[in-house]
Amino acid sequence: MMKRSIVTGQRLVAAFLLGCVLFNYPLIALFNKPGEVFGIPLLYFYLFGAWALLIGLMVWAIERRKE
Amino acid sequence: MLQGWVIASISFAYLGVLFAIAYFGDKRADAGRSIIANPTIYALSLAVYCTTWTFYGSVGRAASTGIGFLPIYLGPTLMAGLWWFVMLKIIRISKANRITSIADFVSSRYGKSQLLGGLVTIIAVVGIIPYISLQLKAISNSFTILLHYPEIVMPARAEALPLLQDSALYIALILAAFTILFGTRHLDATERHEGMVAAIAFESIVKLIAFIAVGAFVTFGIYNGFGDIFDRAEAVPKLKALMTVSDTGASYGSWWSLTFLSMLSIMFLPRQFQISVVENVNERHLTRAIWLFPLYLLLINIFVLPIAVGGLLHFPDGSVDADTFVLTLPMAERQEALALLVYIGGLSAGTGMVIVETIALSTMVCNDLVMPVLLRWKALRLQEEHDLSGLLLSIRRWAIAVILLLGYVYFRAAGEAYALVGIGLISFAAVAQFAPAIIGGIYWKGGTRRGAMAGLTAGFAVWTYTLLLPSFAKSGWLSLDFISEGLFGIGLLKPQQLFGLSGLGEIPHSLFWSMLANIGCYVAFSLHRRPDVVEASQGTLFVDAFRNTESAAGSRFWRGSAQVHDLLPLIGRFLGPERARDAFLAYARRRGLASIDALEANADLVHFAETLLAGAIGGASARVMVASVVKEEPLGIDEVMNILDEASQVRAYSKQLEQKSRELEAATAGLRAANERLKELDRMKDDFMSTVTHELRTPLTSIRAFSEILFEDPKTDLTDRRKFLAIIVKETERLTRLINQVLDMAKIESGNAEWHTADVGLREIIEESIAATSSLFADKQVALDMALAGEVPMVRADRDRLIQVMLNLLSNAVKFCKEGAGRVTVRLGVDGSTVRVDVADNGPGISEADQHTIFEKFRQVGDTMTAKPQGTGLGLPISRQIIEHFGGRLWVKSGTGQGATFSFSLPMNREANEHHEERKAK
Repeated sequence: MMKRSIVTGQRLVAAFLLGCVLFNYPLIALFNKPGEVFGIPLLYFYLFGAWALLIGLMVWAIERRKE
Repeated sequence: MLQGWVIASISFAYLGVLFAIAYFGDKRADAGRSIIANPTIYALSLAVYCTTWTFYGSVGRAASTGIGFLPIYLGPTLMAGLWWFVMLKIIRISKANRITSIADFVSSRYGKSQLLGGLVTIIAVVGIIPYISLQLKAISNSFTILLHYPEIVMPARAEALPLLQDSALYIALILAAFTILFGTRHLDATERHEGMVAAIAFESIVKLIAFIAVGAFVTFGIYNGFGDIFDRAEAVPKLKALMTVSDTGASYGSWWSLTFLSMLSIMFLPRQFQISVVENVNERHLTRAIWLFPLYLLLINIFVLPIAVGGLLHFPDGSVDADTFVLTLPMAERQEALALLVYIGGLSAGTGMVIVETIALSTMVCNDLVMPVLLRWKALRLQEEHDLSGLLLSIRRWAIAVILLLGYVYFRAAGEAYALVGIGLISFAAVAQFAPAIIGGIYWKGGTRRGAMAGLTAGFAVWTYTLLLPSFAKSGWLSLDFISEGLFGIGLLKPQQLFGLSGLGEIPHSLFWSMLANIGCYVAFSLHRRPDVVEASQGTLFVDAFRNTESAAGSRFWRGSAQVHDLLPLIGRFLGPERARDAFLAYARRRGLASIDALEANADLVHFAETLLAGAIGGASARVMVASVVKEEPLGIDEVMNILDEASQVRAYSKQLEQKSRELEAATAGLRAANERLKELDRMKDDFMSTVTHELRTPLTSIRAFSEILFEDPKTDLTDRRKFLAIIVKETERLTRLINQVLDMAKIESGNAEWHTADVGLREIIEESIAATSSLFADKQVALDMALAGEVPMVRADRDRLIQVMLNLLSNAVKFCKEGAGRVTVRLGVDGSTVRVDVADNGPGISEADQHTIFEKFRQVGDTMTAKPQGTGLGLPISRQIIEHFGGRLWVKSGTGQGATFSFSLPMNREANEHHEERKAK
């Protein structure tokens, strides 16, 4: 139980670190230019996409634990 | 036309619904069936983070800075990843010590210092007041705008209005009354408000629905989806610029500093602390909140930009404040119902924040600011009062009213100079000052009270100078020269370019200097002196929170004498005599005692009383109060250190003990296995003895029987004699063979057998064995096929022993073949790095179950009771022993009715083979 909870915690910390990189210079700068994806400006599309990805990872880390 | 009374009555109806939910929640909690004991409710209540700032302000921010509104929500998303460790630790510490506010937390950590608790309270109140004024501003603006429906009229500047005509004042008063009704109806020892949390969770749903409704309306009702809005924005240069950020270091720096600021705020805003820590029912609820809360933030932000762009396209002349687009867009489209829904959504965002924030602040003001002063004020003679719980409640009520009025004053003073988000960020920067003392406090034992005091004071001072005072200056309360020229005209002291640092936004600038001062002082002053007794003990309790699972860990550090009849009335004065008595009785029952009188006033009880009291008046005051009725013997720093050392030694010992006991368990298991094995061997020996004697008796019996016949009847004719003698000879041979094999077996098993190891060729051995058994084959008319590879490598073994094995296998094969139709195949070949011999027959085969037993001694397949035994039952076990002695393997492959193939393989002898090759080459 304890061991598993530490693994989950580490996964979440990894998600945190990934998020720190995704939401920061220089990765943001790569998408900071005119252009559209599905009619949505590139930068917004990237930020919301990365955000959703991060939440998805957290869901995975948390809900997997019960298996 | 929406009449003022319609809007007002809808607002009151909404507040009434909230109150009903809260009332229901409290009733259920009293009945022990909590409606908030649910991870989803917990996550929703955390969304109290989204205030009118989010509801109205984000759109305003997006309209001026594009993605600038997002870091405030990305920060909490990131922080949620760390909650698993950080938040869980804070929750656990708070539950163990009955901590009821952030001020209580800091003061408890640093030696239950009243001074520190007071300082944190002051910072929190001063820091949060702009934030409360933001809510008042947003609610009053939305009310005023809605009042002019369908015309869109921007509200007049607040200071232009006479005081009594200002709707914000009435809103502040109504909210104060409502919060007082809501949060301070009775005094709870744990400061938990289940009903309030239920109402907050409900409000979170309302504001999300309202915001998504207006977002969907703007995106799909006014325009044709996201693509359409952004396409139109592309055509306007000003809007096009919103889609990217300026590519400079400053804008990325600002982006990151806002993210960082919101990461700290989600932990240390008093209302977030209240909801996530104090109101937490079960720490396991945190797990779902870790992803559900960020998801909520994502959802409420999806439509921010479309609304902002839609608003800018719709009101291109700039006459409408972007902070109001959420409301004015539906109004411009004559959507009366939607506009009302938006107004309610904004109201729920604002009230949720105000309720929780003021309750949290009032607890702090009462426990950490007012009570310590009153209790020291000897002239009030509070020490002699019998029931102070009423006093506590009224202090809190007054605190709520005063805080809201202060918010209103700030709104009048400075509220117009900033957009909503700008005001809120000032508060965020203030609460960020708590981070070093709290994070340092739960991970670093060396942090001291002086360090925390110095850090907080320095950070707060820098914050005041670089953010709060300029906000006054911008609204005209201070001379603007203060900002442009610096204090006393000294350029280096310009509040927004301190020491000449320019190029940062005002928030990153203030954050940098205040954090530098805060962390610097905290670390420097902490390192300057060793922690004293209480600091060291509290530090250990906090930092090792995950290890100290027993709740009474705190009582280790207390020594002295106390009386139950002193403690009980003391607690009764603050909690009410009834509830104090109940709590003590429950404590006694947990200890297996019948009544309060049976309680022994030991360290545990004193600790229990102190934490109980801490729930009502805060840790620092509780310590002072308890100390006033018990005789405490002060512990020296050395003693505390000893206790701490002891504790760590005990932990080390217990770890060693665990290790030992694990080893012991392993040893026991080993012994048990060995014992089983011995028993098995013993049983096998018995079996062996009885089988051997049985096997010996059978031939002996027949030899004796035939000898007796010959002896007693001399007239037996010659043919019979010969027949009988032949049987006797055969049985004697069998007897000899049996005895030889038993001896052989015993020798091999005891390791006394003689082995003449040499390089041998298996081909010769097979040929020799076949020659020796050819008569057997001929007698039984069994055909023999040979498939021997021409050249096989040599193996290192005992030639005679290998012949013994081969003879055994061949004779077995013949034995089990049908007479006349038998066929035995012998194969020799190389299998990997081994040389392999197969002896296959087409006899009846051996069933799966018997394949194992035939290698046991004296086991023969078939019913030995009825069928005549066909061998000694020792051949195969001996063969296997021989093959295994030379590092090989002997096994059988068979199925019933499919014949049997006995195979053995021996490792090849590389050295010998090389010689062999060489010899051949010559």
